[in-house]
Amino acid sequence: MENKIIHAIFDDEQDVLSVVKDLRDQKIVVNEVYSPFPIHGLDSVLGLKETRMAITAFIYGCIGLSFGALLIYYIMISGVGKSWPMNIGGKPNFTFYHNLPSFVPIIFECTVLFAGHLMSLTYLFRNRLYPGATTSSPDPRTTDDKFLVEVIYDDNKKEVISLLKKSNVSEINEKDEV
Amino acid sequence: MYKLDKNIDRASIVMILIGIISCILAFWTDRNGDHPFAHAWTNILFNNYFFLGISLFAVFFVALQYVAEAGWSIILKRVPEAIMTFLPYTSVVMLFIVVTAVLHFGGNHIYHWLEPGIMTEGSPNYDYIIAGKEPYLNATFFLIRSFLYVIIWVYCARRLRQISLEGDLEGEIGEKSYWKGLRVSGWFIVLFAVTSSTAAWDWIMSIDTHWFSTLFGWYIFSEWATIGFASILLMTLLLNKQGYLTHLNDSHIHDLGKWLFAFSIVWTYMWFSQFMLIWYANIPEEVIYHMERIELDNYRFLTWFSIGINFIVPALFLMSRDAKRNKNRLIFVCIVVLIGHWINSYLLFAPGTLHEHGHLGILEIGLGVGFLGLFIKVVLNSLSKRDIEIKHHPFLDESQNLHT
Repeated sequence: MENKIIHAIFDDEQDVLSVVKDLRDQKIVVNEVYSPFPIHGLDSVLGLKETRMAITAFIYGCIGLSFGALLIYYIMISGVGKSWPMNIGGKPNFTFYHNLPSFVPIIFECTVLFAGHLMSLTYLFRNRLYPGATTSSPDPRTTDDKFLVEVIYDDNKKEVISLLKKSNVSEINEKDEV
Repeated sequence: MYKLDKNIDRASIVMILIGIISCILAFWTDRNGDHPFAHAWTNILFNNYFFLGISLFAVFFVALQYVAEAGWSIILKRVPEAIMTFLPYTSVVMLFIVVTAVLHFGGNHIYHWLEPGIMTEGSPNYDYIIAGKEPYLNATFFLIRSFLYVIIWVYCARRLRQISLEGDLEGEIGEKSYWKGLRVSGWFIVLFAVTSSTAAWDWIMSIDTHWFSTLFGWYIFSEWATIGFASILLMTLLLNKQGYLTHLNDSHIHDLGKWLFAFSIVWTYMWFSQFMLIWYANIPEEVIYHMERIELDNYRFLTWFSIGINFIVPALFLMSRDAKRNKNRLIFVCIVVLIGHWINSYLLFAPGTLHEHGHLGILEIGLGVGFLGLFIKVVLNSLSKRDIEIKHHPFLDESQNLHT
């Protein structure tokens, strides 16, 4: 069946929250909400899954930790065939274990660096915000002061529109798309 | 309204009795030897320090909420307000230790630099390094400072508690008393910033007189913060389990869990920063501090054990979001962290006062139980004196509907 889309525009984020809740209660599909800023509580109303960002942070942190440990082991302890072991301040430089306290800051920084940067990149790519990406917002006013709720309907158009009209909607645009 | 539980009250009295018996036994068993009563005084000092930290941090927590104009914590504000009523008790014990140390009463030689003759040139125990610290470390100034800290802290604690009650009686949103509380809190925070550091130098760092660390004040503050948040969170959760604090939801617990998690990391960060620089520089008079704690057989296990559980348990158990909303897990972590920091408080004092003779034994635990009993009795008693639910506060609504 052909999916058709209605764009409902709102002036206030509280109206968005209540209308999305009402629509979803009526089993009407809310495809997307465009907003100039994050709306608190919208993800639970939209029924979005909990973010898995924290898990990626943990994984990236582990990668950073291993990388930092290997890097510092290579630089300070092993080298290529023990070519140039570093002797700094007369500290023992033959074992990783004995030098560990001085390596902790480097390993720590690598962990933070990897977790921070890779998480930001993951976030951007997950939201399809790679270089050269074009805007997906159907209405440029959503970057300013308007909120747009994108509703998909098939044969219940009247119901959708009457529901929207009951709310504090400022305009309803019908878009026929395949 | 919190109703005192008879069983808890009875248990706390038994605990206080255990503490008193332990205290007497500590002095009795320690009456002979070269340094009589050294163990007993260390025992009292470190147990008192632990509970002083908890009750003092509760004052800081309340003041911080005012200064930051934070709304989230209002519904559980009665908990730190009850905890801070324990501050006068620990302060009195602290002052008692300070005064007896100055007078050398009852074999109190905890502060080595107070020994007579140590700063007089020509005397047999003259120590020129300690003599160089005389402008700061002298008995008169030490007494003045100690009394000043206690007066400031106890006064602010009493004022904040009083103002909070005024807010409830004022009605509506209690705005007038809110601004009053903000002013007191502002002063407290400014004074606490200085006094928390200097108190840590005076009462703890000066035991190892030759040694000093520039971040010691923050290290102690981070420990106070950790045990303070752990006890506020633990008490909140236990009260909630009994059916009090009905507005408490997952978000409040999550926020407190975040604080506990964060400050456990801060504490480890501070500990490690102090350790690493000293380890790296390897200067004898600095290294001795960690040598005593790590190389001596009677402290080595305790050192690694306390650092291990103070860091690894909160870091791993509270890392995920769901863990900070899990009441039973939070209770477990709070108890572990409190035990870990109790051991660490012992390690702040004992290696400096007792050197290779110290051991954490049954008498230390007994006195700790006694302090805990007194703490429970005092805190629950003041909790029952006023309504546990806040009625009038500008941010009450925000706190009741907190959602993060």
